[in-house]
Amino acid sequence: MTTIETQHAVADAPEAPATGESTAPASGSFFAGVADWVTTTDHKKIGRLYAGFGLVLLAGSAIVALLLGIERADDGSELLDGGALLQLVQVYRFGLVLGALVPIVLGLGLAVAPMQVGARQVAFPRVALSGFYFWLAGIVLMLFALGDNGGIGGGNAQAVDQFLAAIGLTLVGLAFSATSLATTVLTARAPGMTMRRVPLFAWSSLIGALGVLLVVPVAFASVIYLFVDLRYGAAENFAGAEGIAAWLGWLLTIPAVIAFAVPAVGVFAELVPVTFRGRQQLRGVAFAGLALVGVAALAAVTRQTAIPVSLDTDQSFGTFIDDAVPYLLFAGLPLLGAVVVLALGGLTAQAGMAKAGKPNLVPAAVFALFGIGLVVLGLVANFLLALTDLELLGTSFEEGALLLVAYGALLLVLGGLVFWAPKLWGVELTGLHVIPLALLGGLGAALAAVAAIVGGFLGQPGGLPANDAGVAALFSLDFSGSGALLAWVGAIGHALVALAVLGFGALLLKVLRSGQPAAANPFNGHTIEWGTPSPTPADNFPAVPTVASAEPVFELSYEGTL
Amino acid sequence: MATHAAELPLELPSVAAPAPKRQIFVGTAVALVAGSALVGGLLAVWLLLRERAVSGGGRFPLDYIITEVATNVMLITIWVTALFAQWAVYSAKRGDRTHTVLALGVTGLLGVAFLNAQAFTWSQMGVEIGDAGYGALFYAVTGTLFAIIAAGLLYSAVTAFRALSGRLGDTDVLAGHALYWYWAAAAYSAIWFVVYVTK
Repeated sequence: MTTIETQHAVADAPEAPATGESTAPASGSFFAGVADWVTTTDHKKIGRLYAGFGLVLLAGSAIVALLLGIERADDGSELLDGGALLQLVQVYRFGLVLGALVPIVLGLGLAVAPMQVGARQVAFPRVALSGFYFWLAGIVLMLFALGDNGGIGGGNAQAVDQFLAAIGLTLVGLAFSATSLATTVLTARAPGMTMRRVPLFAWSSLIGALGVLLVVPVAFASVIYLFVDLRYGAAENFAGAEGIAAWLGWLLTIPAVIAFAVPAVGVFAELVPVTFRGRQQLRGVAFAGLALVGVAALAAVTRQTAIPVSLDTDQSFGTFIDDAVPYLLFAGLPLLGAVVVLALGGLTAQAGMAKAGKPNLVPAAVFALFGIGLVVLGLVANFLLALTDLELLGTSFEEGALLLVAYGALLLVLGGLVFWAPKLWGVELTGLHVIPLALLGGLGAALAAVAAIVGGFLGQPGGLPANDAGVAALFSLDFSGSGALLAWVGAIGHALVALAVLGFGALLLKVLRSGQPAAANPFNGHTIEWGTPSPTPADNFPAVPTVASAEPVFELSYEGTL
Repeated sequence: MATHAAELPLELPSVAAPAPKRQIFVGTAVALVAGSALVGGLLAVWLLLRERAVSGGGRFPLDYIITEVATNVMLITIWVTALFAQWAVYSAKRGDRTHTVLALGVTGLLGVAFLNAQAFTWSQMGVEIGDAGYGALFYAVTGTLFAIIAAGLLYSAVTAFRALSGRLGDTDVLAGHALYWYWAAAAYSAIWFVVYVTK
């Protein structure tokens, strides 16, 4: 039950290559390479597996959303089979959250956080890898079940059961990997790295992993009930297959997705000091800000959006307080946390500019800038959703808030992949290629989200449909008014996101095939992973470093030079 | 783009690789956070549906008699199991292999007894899983508990094999194992109160 791979002790470690994958099989054959990836215990590979498959599913979800948008916008369209719309909406929603957002965010954490804390390996690497396989198997099974008339409101009872089992498998896989990640940050830090010296992204990964471990099991509890009731029971307690929407739909929207997005906010916090070449200001407060965003996990499991709050002045003060206190705690604290992270980013930028002058504009910062803007707007939307006076519950506003947070977080994570590409792949993605993709993705995400949000204010129906009647309501637009226009705008937004993701994948493949090897620290990163060669060897650190500050590489790079 | 690119890795002072800091114990604790959320989620849904059922003045369950003696014995058994798991930690810290293995053996035996009592409860109550309103809920909760205890037995078996092979100094695993059984006892206590006591 060894949890840190210690077989390559310092004394007998093989010569670590300065660059290249040290875990690559010596023979170099295709099958040996595949076997190496399939059985890997290298956290960077497990993280990349999550991110790679997650990006494929993200592109797929965005394309399905595009097709659904065209179907909604074009009156009398026969692009999609009307009988399949219920399942296609689920492909889009489940694909976006469980297929893309959670695994990509978790994957970046698994790939980077152990390096950042000075661990030579992730804790329980086989648990993390089996988590990936459970997740992947669950997603594939879910897609098959949806294709076989299963899913929410599905007509094929066996496929509905298969759908629930697949969701359960997916959730178990994510929980396994989150356990591995959280344990790594808690137990495998380098000597001298106290919790206060943990890099902000590693801290946010810990918060995000704990959020997954709080939210996912509650959803799994619902899956157990639904599965037992539908497969063996009277199928009455939870309103049959249609009831799945009521009992699991909360997992696919805000505030649950905010809890999943915490590490993405951490990417922003990590990039600001690097961009402005200064130390992170008030690190303790930044830690608190990231943790406050994680309060959304508690909001998700207690389903606070189901408790509407009115600002009506005629109600009694006691009633207002009873409703407003949990609302402010669960919807207000995550927003406050994000504002704190943003404010400290501004403070850090100001201090860095004052000392170092011109900023070091890393390409990833463009992704991060769009991403954090969208996420903060999503938190504002989450704050507004439960206010009954605005009459937004049950409208497409909810989908808009989901898109702001989910697409925003995914842009941030793409920024993270660009930033840590030298450590993960040994290549550098240049601004010339990355910035257009960031602009495309940011514009697309904004269009998709804004269309849904404006539609929500206009009373356009939304939510996760439970049956064909729900789908019909979702697709019934006012074609003489703004409904069709908004649907077109949303469809274009999803199309741009899909293009940006596919472009990112193509760029990465191109650079991997022909790109120049990256320097060890091309962006002047501050944390200890930048003290390793690019790409980082399999065991991360041939000799485990001793850490004496929160930004050890920053001090080595800049002390005496600025 | 970079203004101060370092072509070679920077040298940080290094030391020998440190031993993991109670990794199994902390990993178990982290996993139990998820376990607590799972049990909490199950009981929250149970209480919600129970509230709906009894809001008309009825009982929940209406048609079944709960085998209180068996469920109470299960409560005592699970806490005693946790104590034996703790005894294994105590013995290992003293380097006492015989008592460590004995304590783990008794832990496993009591775990099996608990599962037997759960099966007895299922048999005596005769709850039909197809019953609307109660059957599926009952088996979902108690079935999950059964799986939790079965997982604990697996943990005990792995821990016992390690103890038998002489790895007593590795008390991290034994402490994690004991923590699991304490948690299982707390989880069953909550289930016992909600499912078997609250009418």
